[in-house]
Amino acid sequence: MQHVIEFQDVEKRYGDKTVLKDLSFTIERGERVTLIGPSGSGKTTVLRLVMTLEELTGGYVFIDGKPLAYEQRGGKRVPVSKRDQKQLRTRIGMVFQHFNLFPNMTVIENMIEAPVHVLGKSKADATERAHELLAQVGLPDKVDAHPTSLSGGQQQRVAIARALAMDPEILLLDEVTSALDPEVVGDVLQVLRDVAATTNVTMLIVTHEMSFARDVSHRVMMLDGGKIIETDDAETIFTNPSNERTQQFLSAVLRND
Amino acid sequence: MTIFAMLTSKVTGTVDTPDIDDTTSFWRWDFAWEVLPEMLRSFIQVTLLVTVVGTLIAVVLGLAIAILIRVLPRPLAWFITWVANFIRMTPIVVQLLVVFYGFVWMEPMTIALLVYGVHYSTYMSEVYRAGIDSVPTGQWEATTALSMPATRVWSRVIIPQALRSTVPSLGNYAISMFKDTPFLIAISVMEMVTTALEIGGFTYRYIETITIAGLIFLVASYLTAVLVNRLEKRLAYKH
Repeated sequence: MQHVIEFQDVEKRYGDKTVLKDLSFTIERGERVTLIGPSGSGKTTVLRLVMTLEELTGGYVFIDGKPLAYEQRGGKRVPVSKRDQKQLRTRIGMVFQHFNLFPNMTVIENMIEAPVHVLGKSKADATERAHELLAQVGLPDKVDAHPTSLSGGQQQRVAIARALAMDPEILLLDEVTSALDPEVVGDVLQVLRDVAATTNVTMLIVTHEMSFARDVSHRVMMLDGGKIIETDDAETIFTNPSNERTQQFLSAVLRND
Repeated sequence: MTIFAMLTSKVTGTVDTPDIDDTTSFWRWDFAWEVLPEMLRSFIQVTLLVTVVGTLIAVVLGLAIAILIRVLPRPLAWFITWVANFIRMTPIVVQLLVVFYGFVWMEPMTIALLVYGVHYSTYMSEVYRAGIDSVPTGQWEATTALSMPATRVWSRVIIPQALRSTVPSLGNYAISMFKDTPFLIAISVMEMVTTALEIGGFTYRYIETITIAGLIFLVASYLTAVLVNRLEKRLAYKH
């Protein structure tokens, strides 16, 4: 079976600082995987590499078996053509810590922009789908609102709906509740639980919400110093981690939970 | 007798100037009223025309320069940057003269529109550059995450957001273009201040004409500022 995401000996350097080193893992279709680990362990970098927001300095990333940034051709590591990369990228969606809605557009304009101009959907179809998704995230009355008039939690729910409007195979969630007020975190997580329960979109998640991670993910990968030091199903990792570093990390974060 | 008649009759030497020989009054209202239409005419036909068309050219070309520098490959971007810096760092009078004497077949008015437009586009491109830089990285990242094509990224996300912060500065350059128009005398285009001096030359009365020129500049600049302010409010994000 083909992996939805495959990292092969991935290395990421900024100047002479190495963030990820010899990182290899695979994620299967429909799988929900959470990356945990101390800050600076490279979790977010993994997501950003999948979204092509960062230059891949070493190794290979495959999406549905196709090279995303670099490929091996004639024994050499060469960049993938821009066109192939764009094609492949439309299958991937991302929700950011700071929402990144377009403030100059209304909610509905934010949501139909890419479906119409990237996927080539008709405006009517895209609008109808956007309405459905807004209802799903609990904001059916915010269609014509401007993002700046929404609260953080509402903006993030629109951002989730915007990503889903592209019907992605892979959804990347990068600390989506970290910038939110504590009282609205629950709403956003509930929306994501709902998405997890009703779709089979593959999710790669970076979060500090351990109970959410435990509920939603099939598998958890513990990163430390740019390496995966432990990977297991969520239940095992949270109740009975085998790696000592994972135990330390979890006991430290769960105490604050 | 009107000033216009005076200007045309200067060769014949039949100018009837009893009132105008009154050099003792500092300010004469009747004279001010008499020269006003002529001043306004030169303002509209030259100063306003050059500023409006020049601003239009500068606003569009400046944006094009700012975007090209961002999207073109390095050597080309550097070349454009260098040319823009060169134009920005040489006086507009020199540029007017170079084009005037270098392209003698061109109409002075055409030269005026082109030189003012291009000269100010290099200033405005800097304003746009700053505006583009002020768009948060997260906005670019969102466009990547949505796989938006470059044309949509620029037209729907980056430019609209960059413009918000640039409108006041662009307005200031439009106003400063107004105030640069007297340099047009270098290529013998009679704009308002030159007209004022010319009238003074025939009548020995300068205070009225120069004051009127100043006031027209003030009103025009003020109206421009009001217009820019309105535009700025319209571009602000709705809540």
